[in-house]
Amino acid sequence: MFVPFLYELRDRGVKVGAQEALSLAQSLGLGLHRGTLDGFYEVARALCVHREQDLDAFDRAFAHHFRGVPDDALALTDELLEWLEQPAAKRRLTELERQLLERIDLAEARERLRARLAEQRERHDRGNRWVGTAGTSPHGSGGIHLTGIKVGEAPGGRGALEVAAERRFRDLRSDVTLDTRQIEVALRRLRAFVREGALDELDVEATIDKTARNGGELEIAMRPPRRSNLRVLLLLDVGGSMDPHAHVCERLFSAASRATHFRELRTYYFHNCVYGRVYESAALIRGVPVLQLLQDCDPSWRLIVVGDALMSPWELQSSGSRWSFGDDSGAPGIAWLAHLAQHFLHSAWLNPEPAVAWYGTAEVIRRVFPMYRLTQDGLLEAVQHLMRGGGRL
Amino acid sequence: MEFRRFRGTDKYLTSSALESAVNCALALERPLLVRGEPGTGKTLLAEAIASALGLRLIHWPVKSTTRAQDGLYVYDTVQRLYDSRFGDGDVKDIRRYIKHGPLGQAFASRDRVVLLIDEVDKADLEFPNDLLHELDRMRFVVTETGDEVIARERPVVVITSNAEKELPDAFLRRCVFHFIEFPEQDLMARIVRVHHPDLDQKLLDQTLRAFYSLRDVDGLRKRPSTSELIDWIAVLRRAGIASVELDAGMPFLGALLKREQDLLAFAEATSRGRRPRA
Repeated sequence: MFVPFLYELRDRGVKVGAQEALSLAQSLGLGLHRGTLDGFYEVARALCVHREQDLDAFDRAFAHHFRGVPDDALALTDELLEWLEQPAAKRRLTELERQLLERIDLAEARERLRARLAEQRERHDRGNRWVGTAGTSPHGSGGIHLTGIKVGEAPGGRGALEVAAERRFRDLRSDVTLDTRQIEVALRRLRAFVREGALDELDVEATIDKTARNGGELEIAMRPPRRSNLRVLLLLDVGGSMDPHAHVCERLFSAASRATHFRELRTYYFHNCVYGRVYESAALIRGVPVLQLLQDCDPSWRLIVVGDALMSPWELQSSGSRWSFGDDSGAPGIAWLAHLAQHFLHSAWLNPEPAVAWYGTAEVIRRVFPMYRLTQDGLLEAVQHLMRGGGRL
Repeated sequence: MEFRRFRGTDKYLTSSALESAVNCALALERPLLVRGEPGTGKTLLAEAIASALGLRLIHWPVKSTTRAQDGLYVYDTVQRLYDSRFGDGDVKDIRRYIKHGPLGQAFASRDRVVLLIDEVDKADLEFPNDLLHELDRMRFVVTETGDEVIARERPVVVITSNAEKELPDAFLRRCVFHFIEFPEQDLMARIVRVHHPDLDQKLLDQTLRAFYSLRDVDGLRKRPSTSELIDWIAVLRRAGIASVELDAGMPFLGALLKREQDLLAFAEATSRGRRPRA
């Protein structure tokens, strides 16, 4: 019965496999779920979810999957009917509601609830349907979400379906939020250590080895310390269509500049497309010729371009941008981009727009640069790509 | 199969989901991976499990330089070399120079223990992977002597992580996972009661209100958590402060907010909030 649920989880991107299925079967065999749906929710969550980013997907899968199952729905309905029969709870209903309630016999109410259960698939907030038809709202007003029924006074009170439907872990999903810390964590993977420089670290292993070979007379061995050898070139698209994304770009920039594991980080700005120059400030002043930049940065630098890659096709083909007519760079924009991509062994383009919006000029640029979304997942993929050998497309 | 169920302790309040996760880990003999905001009691959980089950706790604080090998054993070659030169002790016996690390101690222990691998994400990215085999099999070989250390009683392994780094999939797959959510007001009130049993109800309500509105301030880099709230209340009581009003300025704000930017963000938020009322 839970195997289809595991496939539902897989469909939603929670990586579960045979191992999770076996552990789940084992714990159910041991009765860890205490024979309840709530218990099953907790046990399944502990065993199937491995990172908090997946908690939301799990909740959605759970709410979706177990709402449709008649048996469980019936169990809930029974709980509800039990509650209906408690006169103490009824006192909160209005006179009209009580009359309505008396007119409905239990069998009919049960039938209706079942129909409603099958019908209702998503969380239902602040509706009044329930009050009007069956008079089953525990609060008398404000609407009721079917799984939100606080039936009886069970300790803990909240049903698994209610918890699942609440989707409290939405903020932890990895494909939507990206704060500075997450960026830092992702960027931390971007590193390569080498030993070079002055011999100022005691090499204990070698010292012992040499001393032993020397018949016990102490012989010190020194070595250079491990240092990061990774240099990063960050090019940021600013202005125009990038304005809505300024915030996330700012975070990326601050995370990158705070990262201590880069040997060197250089940041330049451009507008829409790179032509002959990139700029040291976001106001696009203090230009640096691209050719000079390429002389300074050897191909081992990692190039990260951030931009939405959206512009008029004309901008890719022309040799100067709209806003600086006097400044002809001698080659079309797309050629400059291709030149950059060719120069560096590893490069990636981060796009803050969702992948569905990658059409038009973005499609063209995708053929030049490997393009990733500017989300936690996308950034990690990009970083992995930058660390692999021969990152060219 | 029988096992002792965990239900929290007097000093450590749990949620039903957390208990389920702990019991899963106990029953399946898998490591329990606990994540959550700093200050939500991840480390204390291991102590609570140990005291609830009456087991000894072995604490392994992980640092950025910690290697997986350090957890198993260290072969003190320098001491041996030193001894060989100056003739102290029996240099022939390598075992004298093998020192078990926390993992080694947990395996070698006669009784079942709770092993806390604290802040596993502090170490190198490969660290968790290096431990996989040992945690799976609960045994390792001391290469210098050929001795095999086998756990007689599989220790209860609790691993905490601050969500600073992504942990490797292979490692995650073997763990029972629990994410400690930030407590809601009701639970928080009970938690505070555990630490300050004789606290005045009015002050408790006020501090909780102030605390949760403080957590809602936009732009905080480090939102104050449970441990900071408990410290703050302790400070207030020491200072003999009987009531806290958010608008009137928060006393001892430094106990809650530890970064200069956060203090600025708070000042900005309160001044913004007050203007419309004035």
